[in-house]
Amino acid sequence: MSIRRGLLALLTQEPMYGAQLRTEFESRTGGTWPLNVGQVYTTLARLVRDGLVEAAGAAGDEGRINYRLTEQGETEVQRWWAAPVDRGDTPRDELVIKLALAVTVPGVDIQRLVQTQRTATLRHLQDLTKLKRATSDEADGRGPGQQKELAWLLVLDNLVYAAEAEIRWLDHVESRLAREATRAPKARTRDTARLYDDRSERVSR
Amino acid sequence: MTASPILLLDNVSRVHGHDETAVRALDGVTLTVHAGELVAVMGPSGSGKSTMLNLAGGLDQPTGGKVIVEGADVGAMSLRDLAALRRRSLGFVFQDFNLIPSLTAAENVALPLELDGLRVRKARRIALDSLEAVGIAELADRYPEHMSGGQQQRVAIARALVGNRRLVLADEPTGALDSQTGEDVLRVLRARCDAGAGGLLVTHEARHAAWADRVVFLRDGVVVDSTGTPPNAESLLDSAGAV
Repeated sequence: MSIRRGLLALLTQEPMYGAQLRTEFESRTGGTWPLNVGQVYTTLARLVRDGLVEAAGAAGDEGRINYRLTEQGETEVQRWWAAPVDRGDTPRDELVIKLALAVTVPGVDIQRLVQTQRTATLRHLQDLTKLKRATSDEADGRGPGQQKELAWLLVLDNLVYAAEAEIRWLDHVESRLAREATRAPKARTRDTARLYDDRSERVSR
Repeated sequence: MTASPILLLDNVSRVHGHDETAVRALDGVTLTVHAGELVAVMGPSGSGKSTMLNLAGGLDQPTGGKVIVEGADVGAMSLRDLAALRRRSLGFVFQDFNLIPSLTAAENVALPLELDGLRVRKARRIALDSLEAVGIAELADRYPEHMSGGQQQRVAIARALVGNRRLVLADEPTGALDSQTGEDVLRVLRARCDAGAGGLLVTHEARHAAWADRVVFLRDGVVVDSTGTPPNAESLLDSAGAV
């Protein structure tokens, strides 16, 4: 996540000081990406250095400095809205790596691995759903125009869809491995053999 | 909480065919649904999900174990008692809504009550309460063709839980709906369960199963995992011992 661009985008609304930027960032993303004040000030210092942000006057009574966008900063934000987010740089996912290794390393009960993960991910999905329900009930109670709640709900939806995608992928892995095991019984490895045997054992029990 | 479950599947099996051609659609499944609880069942096609719902609703009979609805053993019932159970205790919700097109929303919901001998006016009053509970009281006199899919599915939920009916068996209820409408339907189902109904929901969409208190995974007719334990295991033992 680009904190840098997030802060620039917030500053298009109005000049803000560091702690305020942090609060605004977190309330709009529902605290999904918590920032510490240090990160915010380090980022602000770099933005000032790069000429994208400047101090709007001297420090106030409490020593706070309000920051505002420069013209160059404004251009940078507009460029960000206009351009797609780069997906080429895929983050490493431990589950994907774990599964790839489980398929190739002997002695792993892959079916159990998949089921354990699916249950855990579904529990996570249940938690997200509860959170979503509580947030939307709260927003409904306060009437229309709850833009920050809306933003948080959309962030939650993103997490919901991501968890769902993971479960669908696990379903796919399971059926793909089962098919592999039935299709080539002679060439199967010890581990896919076990996957297959587990299944037939269950059926006959 | 010591109340017995609304639905209890006690070591239930369903075998189709005999000997070497026998297919075990369900193999020793135990599951409870209590009042106030929504339980989701997930699993690949052919895992036994639909068999489970059909058994729970008395549309099919187990070849082993017992199905208990509101304390009554479904397997031991005469056809007549079974029909009465389906009118009085439980309702189905399907993917394709299954409303009767020539009846209004209120008439659809009132139908099981009228079939059970209630007078039309009284049945209508109860039906209106049920429509109110799913948030569409104002659509009472509309025909299904003049309602959206989401509205029709709410009518189906209202019908499933009209009057004293407390068990809703939902088979892919969001299958024909877009994602937002599907979620709204789940929200209604969830709210009805929070208000005291018991729900058994079959779905292949994890996003929708996540509205349930518990998600049970079926594979090859066997429960392979669950996201939680029933709220009161003791009462499960009590009711299992009592039958």
